[in-house]
Amino acid sequence: MILAVENVSLSFGGVKALQDVSFDVKEHEIRAIIGPNGAGKSSMLNVLNGVYHPQKGKIVFRDQEFRGMDPHRAASLGIARTFQNIALFKGMSVLDNVMSGRNLKMRCNFLQQALWVGPAKREELVHRRAVEEIIDFLEIQHVRRTPVGRLPYGLQKRVELARALAAEPALLLLDEPMAGMNLEEKQDMCRFVLDVNDHYGTTIVLIEHDMGVVMDISNRVVVLDYGRKIADGTPDEVRGNQKVIDAYLGVAHA
Amino acid sequence: MKEDIAALDTFPKLLMHHARVRPERPAIREKDLGIWQTWTWRELADEVRALACGLAALGLRRGEHFALVGDNRPRLYATMAAVQCLGGVPVPLYQDAVAAELAFPIQNAGIAIAFAEDQEQVDKLLEIAPQCPTLARIIYDDPRGMRHYAKDQLIAYDNLLAQGRERLKADPQFVDREIAKSSGADTAAMFFTSGTTGVAKGVVHTHASLIGPSRTAAELERLGERDVILAYLPPAWIGQNIFSCAQAYVTGYCIGCPESAETVMTDMREIGPTYYFAPPRVLENLLTQVSIRMEDASRVKRWLYRYFMGVAQRVGGAILDGKRVSVLDRLLYAIGDLVVYGPLRNVLGMSRVKVGYTAGEAIGPDLFRFYRSIGINLKQLYGSTETAVFVCIQPDGQVKADTVGPAVPGVELKFTPQRELVVRSPGLFREYYKNAQATAEVKDQDGWFHTGDAGYFDADGHVKIIDRVKDVGSLADATLFAPKYLENKLKFFPYIREAVCFGHGRDRVCAFINIDPEAVGNWAEKRNMPYSGYTDLASRAEVYELVRECIERVNADLAAEPEIANSQIHRFLILHKELDADDGELTRTRKVRRGFIAEKYAPLVDALYAGSDAVHVEAQVKYEDGRSGTFAGDLRIENARTFAPAAAERAA
Repeated sequence: MILAVENVSLSFGGVKALQDVSFDVKEHEIRAIIGPNGAGKSSMLNVLNGVYHPQKGKIVFRDQEFRGMDPHRAASLGIARTFQNIALFKGMSVLDNVMSGRNLKMRCNFLQQALWVGPAKREELVHRRAVEEIIDFLEIQHVRRTPVGRLPYGLQKRVELARALAAEPALLLLDEPMAGMNLEEKQDMCRFVLDVNDHYGTTIVLIEHDMGVVMDISNRVVVLDYGRKIADGTPDEVRGNQKVIDAYLGVAHA
Repeated sequence: MKEDIAALDTFPKLLMHHARVRPERPAIREKDLGIWQTWTWRELADEVRALACGLAALGLRRGEHFALVGDNRPRLYATMAAVQCLGGVPVPLYQDAVAAELAFPIQNAGIAIAFAEDQEQVDKLLEIAPQCPTLARIIYDDPRGMRHYAKDQLIAYDNLLAQGRERLKADPQFVDREIAKSSGADTAAMFFTSGTTGVAKGVVHTHASLIGPSRTAAELERLGERDVILAYLPPAWIGQNIFSCAQAYVTGYCIGCPESAETVMTDMREIGPTYYFAPPRVLENLLTQVSIRMEDASRVKRWLYRYFMGVAQRVGGAILDGKRVSVLDRLLYAIGDLVVYGPLRNVLGMSRVKVGYTAGEAIGPDLFRFYRSIGINLKQLYGSTETAVFVCIQPDGQVKADTVGPAVPGVELKFTPQRELVVRSPGLFREYYKNAQATAEVKDQDGWFHTGDAGYFDADGHVKIIDRVKDVGSLADATLFAPKYLENKLKFFPYIREAVCFGHGRDRVCAFINIDPEAVGNWAEKRNMPYSGYTDLASRAEVYELVRECIERVNADLAAEPEIANSQIHRFLILHKELDADDGELTRTRKVRRGFIAEKYAPLVDALYAGSDAVHVEAQVKYEDGRSGTFAGDLRIENARTFAPAAAERAA
């Protein structure tokens, strides 16, 4: 068990974004969180990543309880994420963007890095190698030097994944990694998510709208609706669950 | 230690020679993880020795065929050399072929062991394994994604290498003993023809037939150990093999392997090859990219480019040929070199190119002149898989746009009464593997090889190739019809990517056009013309107008050449889909298969000649996102203006 979410509730004023949600994530699995718009998926991800602090409940990550978590600490604990609306440095090259993902691993101070002396140089070489391996892994060599802003959307998403991977996370949170992609890009992305899970052994929690994708690649699925958990299980179990069908298709009120 | 390199008659002997004579010179460079990694000749030879031991342990026997499927990588070339050390015969196969296309060569050559670059290639080989009972072992290089393949027939390159090193320790002389057993007359490699002319055939070459012409050509161009090439075309194509194996082994020069197919442009700029080969298609794409980027440039830059390209077109070629040019023009050209040609060569990665070849199909004269005019010594080359490439080369100073040059020393040429070129040379292949009948069809008792190309000698004794013998036809009025010649003229326009001309036995010429989606897309964007994809773009009236202008300019040109003035294009249509090798419309080397296309699109051809304004089509099309759907609609057919031969001057 890498992560346990126990009875978490989160509200903004009168809006109850999450109500008494519990689930767990096992080591090395791909766990999906799905639900209709406004179900609280992104809120859940933001709680896991320390952006929001739930009013009730607790979160245990690797036997450590989350208290007063913030995104910076979450990152140093080994939680990395990507964003629904790409949050890259548009003017910087792909390489620099991915390098920025190693930021927490760099030990040299600002002055050493600026002067690029002794340890800073050695350190950068080590990190550059790690980054190049990720670039190779995600097949973005051809755009290594291209400013991110000039890349097509699908590639930008891949760069964002690369940057998250650069932090060598134990837990990777993906917020709608396939949103807005065409079929081919989606297939590529699925392959990469599976490869990352397989090759680096990273545990992945992902939010996704595309049901086909979710059912294909995840081991277990949590379904949220209006801030509550309505189902939890393997893709097949969830697919047949009447509550899920109702949430997605609506219920006729006779 | 001096040894006579000319006496070394096999590739492994040459490899070991370089490892002794220039151990620390680079043999192969590969861009890996963003950095160019160098293999010296010594390192390459060490790897090859160990690998040969590993392959011997796997049971590779003398004379046995060995398949290689992968991109240009040092390990692929090392494996190829290791196979040759043991007297085996490497058979490189096209890495972009679909699985079914690999089955025939593997069955035909009775291959037991294959080398596959990565998971993709392994998957293809495993897919066809049931049809290929001989295929027992697959060596894979890149372990990515291979962890879950629990199959005994798979072996990792690294493991094979480690086993080989152990064996080598036990018997350090083993490889050298094996190398000494081979001689120049033994089979060195087998190449499968791309299938332009029907079923693929295995072309058997000996060490002598590959080394001989490679050596002659290298001497002609004064190539040496300091030269560098970029290996970016499929290793299964004999040309790439000649440039990245045979000639490298003959001269000791360095091969650069690009990081991936998409990075070739960048890699080329970084490595700066001195010796370069590109089929006309690649040169065409490069020029298209340059044209597109120039259209987006600022007004001043556009003016500079236009002005100095004018100067270059007038005198650039002459300066390169060492002809007399006025002082003023020389001065203008020098300024142009500073502001336009130099930077342009740099962007193309051709700053250091000493000799560049183009071959494979006829090159448009304008395209050819463009490269020469900016100071790149691009020359034409003529040859085929069966002749180990080098048949004709244009010597420096005698370069012409419309010929392929005189015969290379040692090569005899003549034309049959049917205008077919026949060749006798030391580079001739031995036979088509297991296909004596096909061998006999092209190679007669006196050793003349029938190339299937039609042409003639020009006044200077240079060979001029017009088309394939079987494609050269005549119009209904018995005048010459050379479709390739017309298509090449059309394809020089950046907006036209592919053209297919019909006219044999007909009263006039009509054409199918494929627009270049990149160039036309750019053009449409500038005009704020929204479009949803290739099919939509291809059906626009504005695009038809654009293509018509191109065709009319070709017609004006043709009208000026009396022999083919009748081949002007009267009617045309823009196809609703891009011609694709996967659909059998192009060969793997991207030549149009005219006969196949005429058959597949027979209703369209009929409509062209029937005089109708539109034709209804229903076809499977593949969208950009990978889905396929059906296209149903009317394709417009339009007329193009033609010119009476006398009116040519006025129109042009």
